[in-house]
Amino acid sequence: MCLGVPGKIIDIYQKGGLKMAKVDFGGVFREACLDYVEAKVDDYCLIHVGFAISILSESEAMETLDLLKQIGEFEEQLGTETQT
Amino acid sequence: MKYVTEYRDAALVKNVIEEIHRTVTRPWTLMEICGGQTHAIVRHGIDQLLPHQIELVHGPGCPVCVTPLELIDKALEIASRPDVIFCSYGDMLRVPGSKRDLFSIKAQGGDVRVVYSPLDAVTLAQQNPAKQIVFFAIGFETTAPPNVMSVLQAQRLGLKNFSILVSHVRVPPAISAILGSPHNRVQGFLLAGHVCSIMGYWEYPPLVEKYKIPMAVTGFEPLDVAQGILTTVQLLEAGKVEVANAYQRAVTLEGLKPAQDAINKVFMECDRKWRGIGEIPMSGWGLRPEFDQFNAEKRFDVDAIRAEESPLCIAGQILQGLKKPHDCSAFGKQCTPDNPLGATMVSSEGACAAYYRYRE
Repeated sequence: MCLGVPGKIIDIYQKGGLKMAKVDFGGVFREACLDYVEAKVDDYCLIHVGFAISILSESEAMETLDLLKQIGEFEEQLGTETQT
Repeated sequence: MKYVTEYRDAALVKNVIEEIHRTVTRPWTLMEICGGQTHAIVRHGIDQLLPHQIELVHGPGCPVCVTPLELIDKALEIASRPDVIFCSYGDMLRVPGSKRDLFSIKAQGGDVRVVYSPLDAVTLAQQNPAKQIVFFAIGFETTAPPNVMSVLQAQRLGLKNFSILVSHVRVPPAISAILGSPHNRVQGFLLAGHVCSIMGYWEYPPLVEKYKIPMAVTGFEPLDVAQGILTTVQLLEAGKVEVANAYQRAVTLEGLKPAQDAINKVFMECDRKWRGIGEIPMSGWGLRPEFDQFNAEKRFDVDAIRAEESPLCIAGQILQGLKKPHDCSAFGKQCTPDNPLGATMVSSEGACAAYYRYRE
């Protein structure tokens, strides 16, 4: 129920007094309401039931992935993994 | 797809799971609060890859599951009226009330429609001025900003034929209820990532302080879930009692302020009954009195409806992490997704439904 799907903001416009956007979900396009976030075109947002609920941070995402890739590398380099 | 594919990388998930194996030295019981995470864990078999010392118990974070039976009966009563177009998220349609479900109302000629967004229900109200449009506003904090926006938008447009049937629940009071139980065995929490996208995680340090239990904000992809578990286990093993954020790309401490403001404008905290658990004080949101004209319970006079749960069902104990689906004598026998006896078999995100689908 609380799932959010990441999508890329393609176009921003006003509709019925609300800030709306065309969002690209890997080739599938849908409309979403941007009223709660300060998103720009090309930002990636989490979309939940037609609303952007978070702008995804590319720098935080890269940092986390780098960190998780490094896990275990020290053990491998030291050769301790097989000993423990 | 960016922000999806990289978090389903099997090698990277394996890397994190191996680190959990290296980190753990004694038994720990963790609870993932969110039904979406339960689904991810069981679907990807993450629980089966973990060290035997780590037990995951499944929390009450499935709004479809915990929506009380009598509210579903109220929805059915409203939806069967000839002047009503009843709009709902798709997963509520097959949830059984005491005697029937929304599908059967539709089959009998009721106008029941699935909407993707609550704003679709507002559009229907504009297009059908002679009809009453009622939206079934269920959900946790994640879904509250969209649901309250439907009310604000209906107000802005001056619509007189739009109302919402509210069954909103909040995570922190549920965590308090679980940790405050004398039977509690949860030692660490995976917090629901998208609830925290909206609310931030500033509400949790007081709970951590009170119950001396660490928590990690956790996302929904397999790598996110593995990272959340690793973070919680690292905190437990180090004896640290704090809230960590293991979902930094989507969650900040403060959360989404404009969304929190909108919620506070339209909703106020109230006592709420949770299906299978019972009433938890101040655990929900309801419409403020100044929005009475958008309150379907007031508009349609369904306050008197009451309902009772099946005595066979142990969903309440499962939702509190006290039992697992296989502990139930009715699991897979009298109780299946086609004929659910209770909360946790009702929705695809419920723990019993996830076990039935992936473990039978």
